[in-house]
Amino acid sequence: MKCEECQERPATLHLTKVVNENKTEIHVCERCAKEKGYISHDEYAYSIHDLLSGLFNFDSSFSKEHKHSQEENGALICPKCGMTYHQFTQLGKFGCSSCYYTFADNLNPIFRRVHSGNTTHDGKIPKRRGTDLKQKRLIQGYKEELQQLIQTEAFEEAAKMRDKIKDLEKKQWDTEEYKDGGDE
Amino acid sequence: MSLQPFINEAISPWMKEEGPDNDIVMSTRIRLARNFEQYPFPIIAKEQELAPVVSLMKNNYHEQSFDKYQDLQFIGMEELRPVEKRVLVEKHLISPQLAEKAKNSGVLISENEQVSVMINEEDHIRMQLYFPGLQLENALTQAFLFDDWLEEKIDYAFEETRGYLTSCPTNVGTGMRASVMMHLPALTLTQKMSKMIPAINQLGLVVRGIYGEGSEAVGNIVQISNQVTLGRSELDIIEDLQSVVEKLIEQERHARLLLVEQSELRLEDRVFRSYGILKYSRILESKEAATCLSDLRLGIDVGYINNISKTILNELMILTQPGFLQQNAKETLTASERDIRRASIIRERLNSEN
Ligand SMILES: [Zn+2]
Ligand SMILES: [Zn+2]
Repeated sequence: MKCEECQERPATLHLTKVVNENKTEIHVCERCAKEKGYISHDEYAYSIHDLLSGLFNFDSSFSKEHKHSQEENGALICPKCGMTYHQFTQLGKFGCSSCYYTFADNLNPIFRRVHSGNTTHDGKIPKRRGTDLKQKRLIQGYKEELQQLIQTEAFEEAAKMRDKIKDLEKKQWDTEEYKDGGDE
Repeated sequence: MSLQPFINEAISPWMKEEGPDNDIVMSTRIRLARNFEQYPFPIIAKEQELAPVVSLMKNNYHEQSFDKYQDLQFIGMEELRPVEKRVLVEKHLISPQLAEKAKNSGVLISENEQVSVMINEEDHIRMQLYFPGLQLENALTQAFLFDDWLEEKIDYAFEETRGYLTSCPTNVGTGMRASVMMHLPALTLTQKMSKMIPAINQLGLVVRGIYGEGSEAVGNIVQISNQVTLGRSELDIIEDLQSVVEKLIEQERHARLLLVEQSELRLEDRVFRSYGILKYSRILESKEAATCLSDLRLGIDVGYINNISKTILNELMILTQPGFLQQNAKETLTASERDIRRASIIRERLNSEN
């Protein structure tokens, strides 16, 4: 297979680009992929810059109102590292962890493009810092099960599940209280 | 000096172990990207914000051991000569991006070279763990344990809905890139590989060639890795990768059998011609060397050649890269000097085998 860009070198990179939920395949050589910004030096991911500028142009072709809000977004600035939203779209990189909160309203479409439609983490939680979070996820899971049980009218089991959730929530409450006390 | 073992030997200690399916899978790698919550990411951080990251990593982990990963050595990028950086890149112990940096960046490498932790590359921390052959699940377990060990002393940038926060949006969530390096000569020779790629892409996986000095894929070696890092668990990601790799192994083995059966003497002839070139030529370009090495390795795997060890492909691929050649020569070499040097190193290495 020859490279789609230069029609010269063999296509050694085969990428899938997701735009508006349509998947397009790209077959290019390493050099063209780098020139077009599909890959960075050691990564195989697309250049986020390419995706972001695409998104930017796409958005600004909308109504004037939209354009206006886009300009406002451009003026968004991260209080911690000083990166502006405009800089972020140019660099394609976040400046610090707070940027994720500062630009939060604009991130879902970007993540959806890069991660096959996904926007929410579903993996590892830090072991030391994530204990509370794990508990929260466990309770959330039980609550979903409870809804299922109620829907299927399995009331006896639902009652048991409800008690289990109560216990867990109480335990969580206790540890939080204890921790607050400890901080003082 | 602590650097010497890392740059003198072409082959890392872990590569000498026999891994599962190592007739086709050369290595498995898991990389996790992590950041400190309190400091800006390297792309924008000031010197006084990068320095504490380096000193914290150095103070807490230099000369420390965790499990099989003994005696981590910290090496600052500013201490290294360009050729030494290049050797570390060729051994995949650091990335080309890290090699471009100097002050306030470095790497921690374990004695067996199975773990390297890059510091202040694109993210504050990028740990990578290597395993011989196909060992995705084991690699993930080990990577998680190593990650937990690092986390004991670091407050990671993590957020409930987005997961591990990284500088580039393409790594957010798990921060994980899992990859498997495979030698697929028969699928490439029979041109079946390119037909399988679209299906692999459908699963959010990327197929990429391995490159020598030029920009073309060489040596019939491909790397398959995940592209998506958000919205799927690490285990789900490696399960998809595992199933694709298993399918490719099956297809490659089948294609090799057919090649041996149907090519009559042609495949054997090709293998021994390549062996001859490697054994006797005086000038060898990197691309030709890679092609011949791939043929030789295939010849060993299908049983035409018995007196050469299997790791020769891994070893000579690294040993004949520009950085290693120059480290070995102790001087800067032009491209044509490198071709001469490459030929002589390969001759020596093959003669030492029998
Ligand atoms: Zn091209
Ligand atoms: Zn920021």
